[in-house]
Amino acid sequence: MHQLATAGGGEKPLLSLRDINMTFGGVKALKNVSFDVRPGEVHCLAGENGCGKSTLIKIITGVYRPADGASIEFDGETYSHMSPVTAQDRGIQVIWQDLALFPEMSVAENIAFQTVIGRWPKLVDYGRMRQIATDALARLGVTLDVDLPLKEYAIAQRQIVAIARALVGEARLVFMDEPTASLTQSETDHLLDIVRGLSASGVAVVFVSHRLAEVLEISSRITVLRDGALVGVYPATGMTQSRITELMTGKTFDQQVRAKPRDGQPVVLDVEGLSRPGQFEDVSLTVRRGETLGITGLLGAGRTELALTLFGMLKPASGTIALEGRPVRFSSNRDAIAAGVAYLSEDRLSLGLIQPQAIADNLVISSLDKILAGGLLSEERKRSLVSRWIADLGVKIGLQQDAISTLSGGNQQRVAIAKWLATDPKLLILDAPTVGVDVGARAGIFDIVARLAESGLAIILISDEVPEVYFNADRVLHMAQGRIVGSYDPRTSSLADIEGAVYA
Amino acid sequence: MRSFVRTHATEVSLFAVIVAISAVLSVSTANFFSLGNAFDLLNISSVNIIFAVGLLVVLIAGGIDISFAVAASVVQYGTAIALGWIGSGGWVSGLLIAASLGILLGAINAFLIHRFKVISIVATISTFNIYFGLLMFFTKGVSIYDLPDWLTDRVILFEHEMPDGTWIEITLPVLVMVICVIATWVLITRTTTGRQLYAFGDNPEGARRFGINIGAMQFIAFGWLGLMAGIGGLIQAHYAQEVVPNALYGRELDVLAAVVLGGARLGGGKGSVLGCVLGVLLISITQNGLNLMGVSPFAFKMIIGAIILVAITLSNSRIERLLPFVNQKGAGR
Repeated sequence: MHQLATAGGGEKPLLSLRDINMTFGGVKALKNVSFDVRPGEVHCLAGENGCGKSTLIKIITGVYRPADGASIEFDGETYSHMSPVTAQDRGIQVIWQDLALFPEMSVAENIAFQTVIGRWPKLVDYGRMRQIATDALARLGVTLDVDLPLKEYAIAQRQIVAIARALVGEARLVFMDEPTASLTQSETDHLLDIVRGLSASGVAVVFVSHRLAEVLEISSRITVLRDGALVGVYPATGMTQSRITELMTGKTFDQQVRAKPRDGQPVVLDVEGLSRPGQFEDVSLTVRRGETLGITGLLGAGRTELALTLFGMLKPASGTIALEGRPVRFSSNRDAIAAGVAYLSEDRLSLGLIQPQAIADNLVISSLDKILAGGLLSEERKRSLVSRWIADLGVKIGLQQDAISTLSGGNQQRVAIAKWLATDPKLLILDAPTVGVDVGARAGIFDIVARLAESGLAIILISDEVPEVYFNADRVLHMAQGRIVGSYDPRTSSLADIEGAVYA
Repeated sequence: MRSFVRTHATEVSLFAVIVAISAVLSVSTANFFSLGNAFDLLNISSVNIIFAVGLLVVLIAGGIDISFAVAASVVQYGTAIALGWIGSGGWVSGLLIAASLGILLGAINAFLIHRFKVISIVATISTFNIYFGLLMFFTKGVSIYDLPDWLTDRVILFEHEMPDGTWIEITLPVLVMVICVIATWVLITRTTTGRQLYAFGDNPEGARRFGINIGAMQFIAFGWLGLMAGIGGLIQAHYAQEVVPNALYGRELDVLAAVVLGGARLGGGKGSVLGCVLGVLLISITQNGLNLMGVSPFAFKMIIGAIILVAITLSNSRIERLLPFVNQKGAGR
């Protein structure tokens, strides 16, 4: 399975890593990894969370020092390890997933921040900063007001600012860590154009992304890592998403449409003409017992606002919501929870789970009334409730008292689902349940969703990844600009039909 | 002009409020709207402004300091004693001693925060108690009235009698204040070190990845505040013509409130010298006005508290939105 990256390439690589080993506290994070990048190519680094991608990037940029015996060759010079200063001097730049920008400072300062770094204090030359920033943005074909504070701009423009900053340092090799994670489709397209432009001007780009479609679109070669070891290096032409997934996980997945007819079942949720001006308009939908209703659409289509309204956190301006035939009017999400609505938030890491707290405490936070004994919280009942759900959803944990942050993304998501199932809901709303969850673990989450539906729960599944709703929902609604513009049955529509409509 | 208003919304709003309050006071009181009173205000506010610009630097760097006012008291005592040792001394030696002591006390805070990773509010509450406790213990609460003549003599740099019989005066504290304000402005807006302080306060992890020396940032920020506390302490002793151990106790919260009112953010990365000065002036003017209107001094604190509450609430809901000409936002949102 091991292929050497240079085989057949002919061109001399810009960066060439050999025999990279890295150990953290007895765990081998990287095992004899080799990695090559050619000048000006777009190279994708693929692998599940924890496969060693970030560790590899940190070794190349000098944050970590690999075990002895490693060789890092960059543009003719060989190093046994890098230092951040050497890496920057040689033109190796990283755009971190969190961007590492300064929101309160101006766009110009963010881009030209390198000019205020130095051993000794100097006077700041704002004119030069402005010039550097304007030039860097012009190279990307973007116009921004460089004097405005960065916080005035949305995430897509901030991403561009981060790229512009990397270019200032005469970049020859740029790493991009999940650059499209919070971008809409059109913003992503623009970013990919910028990446192509960089590549054409001779800058090599190493692209890390969970979105395999764009990986295939943008890169010329793909290096796959699994469990800290190199699986292989593959040309992007002729590669498919499912093949990459297989290489990343070492398992095969054949996705099949799970949709079934649910017409005979009683209606759990009935929404008529629900509106919140500026967010969504005239939304009507029903969800039946055992049914999974998929809602897809671009970011900003109003999906999350609709979900928050059904969950009582936003108030509708007009329209009605009925649960099991009874009209409801929630004044807060406490009412919604009591009525049997559960909502798994979009941003699990910051909103859904309390990271430093124990797994057990996170799991029972929405159902404290179920673990009371004589009016006080009972450790005994908590333990048994937690054990039941941990076993039921197959969460892999060490101790119940461990912090939730010690779990992988997929296991955290299972705890988040368990937290809501413990409230005995009738309707479960899952908003982007696979964000930050590995491909391998996603299938496990959807198996749980299917099982919950079979047990009689009504489920709304929200995702901007059309395949997720296509394969896992019984019906798919397409939302655009606050309205429901299409309804599809996965058994009779093709994935391409829905994707065509959503991404048009 | 438009973009100045947009990027300096806090300062513009504060200035508007100061103008409004002054207008009301000039109508309702006889003496407020005179140059004499304006210069009095400046003389009275000088020490607080010196403290405020020092604290501003710490807030910008993402820290907070509760100990600087009692540190200034320690500096007053230390300087008075040291001046006794060397025989009388003068302004140069006095300022040098006060500045060095101040920087030393600030550096102790920075050391605790950087070396032992104590968060700044906890570290400085501790040093606040330690400094104040040591000061009261060793002085037994006794004040010093026997100060060198050069220190207690009023230094009037400029005076002029107005046609209405009031005097306008610019005194030494005002000159020192202006120098401190300009020096701080140069530090935080015109030097690379200042921009690193902003960046460090705004996004510490981002600053670290750029290779900014994090320890140096702490020492510069707390050292600068220590320097300002030392200078401010000596000027306060000059102004009051005595050294009283608990004279500055409690001043830290007044100054902190004024700096936050001036747009600095607890949490770092934000704040300007102009806003900070306007914040102190707004509070002084209000106090002065209430005084002239014959309002009981016991009500001052309550009214100042209410003003701060209103200002902070308004700025959280973006006070800029209340101004019609700055309501458009950046392209991205």
